[in-house]
Amino acid sequence: MSIASLTAVHTKYNLLETLRVPIAVIGTVVFPALALLFFVVPNRTVAENPAYATQAIISMAVFAVMVNGLFSFGLAIAENREKPWDPYLRTLPAPGIVRVLAHIFSTGALGLVALLPIVLIGGMLTSAQASAWRVLAGLVAVAVAALPFMLIGMAIGFSMTQKAAIAVIQVVMFGLAFAGGLFLPPIMFADWLDRISMFFPSRQARELVIWAVQGGELPWWAWVGIVVWTALFLALTLLLFRRDEGRRFR
Amino acid sequence: MTIASFDRVTRRFSDLVAVDDVTLEIPEGQIVGLLGPNGAGKSTLLSLLQGLRRPTSGTVALFGGDPGDPRRRVRLGCTPQETALPETLRVGEVLDFVGRHFPSRVDTTELAEQFGFADLLRRQTGGLSGGQKRRVSVALAFVGDPRLVLLDEPTTGLDVDARRAVWDAIRDRHARGATVVVTSHYLEEIEALAQRVVIVDRGRVIADDALHGVLGRVARSRVTLRTSDAAAVTALADNAAVVGARRRTDEARDAEELALMVNDADAFVRRLVASGADFTGLGVRGATLEEAFLALTSRAQSVAPATSVPAAATTKGAL
Repeated sequence: MSIASLTAVHTKYNLLETLRVPIAVIGTVVFPALALLFFVVPNRTVAENPAYATQAIISMAVFAVMVNGLFSFGLAIAENREKPWDPYLRTLPAPGIVRVLAHIFSTGALGLVALLPIVLIGGMLTSAQASAWRVLAGLVAVAVAALPFMLIGMAIGFSMTQKAAIAVIQVVMFGLAFAGGLFLPPIMFADWLDRISMFFPSRQARELVIWAVQGGELPWWAWVGIVVWTALFLALTLLLFRRDEGRRFR
Repeated sequence: MTIASFDRVTRRFSDLVAVDDVTLEIPEGQIVGLLGPNGAGKSTLLSLLQGLRRPTSGTVALFGGDPGDPRRRVRLGCTPQETALPETLRVGEVLDFVGRHFPSRVDTTELAEQFGFADLLRRQTGGLSGGQKRRVSVALAFVGDPRLVLLDEPTTGLDVDARRAVWDAIRDRHARGATVVVTSHYLEEIEALAQRVVIVDRGRVIADDALHGVLGRVARSRVTLRTSDAAAVTALADNAAVVGARRRTDEARDAEELALMVNDADAFVRRLVASGADFTGLGVRGATLEEAFLALTSRAQSVAPATSVPAAATTKGAL
């Protein structure tokens, strides 16, 4: 059985499992939309300036896929590892990369759904502006930039218990969101913070998406950073998957 | 041909030795019963073969390679350890999902009929009873037309009829070429299925023989009788032969009911008759695997041998 066909099978059944309990998806969709409604829309200096508003919405979009990547991947994997179905799946003749890709294509794809309310709210309630094909390019950029977050989430999920994962994910999420300029725009950062910020995948994601939507020049460190984070955490996730022996049983 | 083997395998969990220097070969075609008390190391042995764990030392081979390599597991069939099917998926979907991992597949409908859940294929697994889930779980091991099947407690929680149906299905799959390793602490199950029995205790293999060999090795028969002279009768069974005795006092007749595990029942009966001791209700039957097992594992050492029981004992026996 080829990796492609096994990935398709795992993706299909992952989606089926999740979609039969749709409430699980709603959390990922609602949280970033609410953040946008509470923090961006009432802030008229941002909401009424087309450039700022667009960037604020991009930040929220990146935040949305980051939350999905960390929580949906990290928590779901940590939780599944504590159930007996997971060790059974590991006895099937499917390599780790199949499980990783299937997660990306199922949970990751569902995460993109969370972008819809953000784009809609942003388009209607702020003066954010972008042409249709720029919005489309932005969505593609968000999808690409989401890879490091999903892989970081998976690495967390494969390396610790669910309880530990919750704590670690929350710390990582706020750290990445703040350092990446998703809460406060980097323009308000001190120089040293701005410099550190460039090493974070959240900042790199933000720059990539801004470039896709608003044009201008893409800083080299943004795409290099995304590639490096993705490669690093893909390798780490596969290593953790292989070394994982689940909970200790006698 | 050996399709799976353990070569001096040890597996530790920090301070605990779950598998202790085990060497074991599983040739194609057998049904091997893996028997032992809880925590003996049965599940750890299976998880090593499934590639779920790696040995601390020694070599585990599956179809001549490392079980951690997915390609080695293409002809391996396993059951989830507990009834842990994904709740929201339908039974037919779970079978399809698992089946798609394997190049050759057993027909889903045929499998469902054989394991007695053909009417449940459209149901979500979350809505099944425990016994139904168990049957689906066991069937999952056979979906990919495996050459080696590992069954961990396959009939836990099944009623008698369902258990027999599953046994029949396992035997049928074995007849079609599957080699089976089955763990159980239902001794009846091992007796019904296994041709070869491996007994594990505290991580070590303490017996490995054909089913009748294990029974022959302990070779115990269980002799029951009533007598007023328990001491004399007990003395007739030679020391080494007696594994245990159960005594009950029958107040009304002042006779004791004795149950002796003896090595050679024929010789014992001859000695009993020749001794002239009084007895009634003599019964002799072969030992069950449970009795054989208790005699073999070290736990039997904590059971007082019958010969050491005081003659005038009116207490209930030790076994």
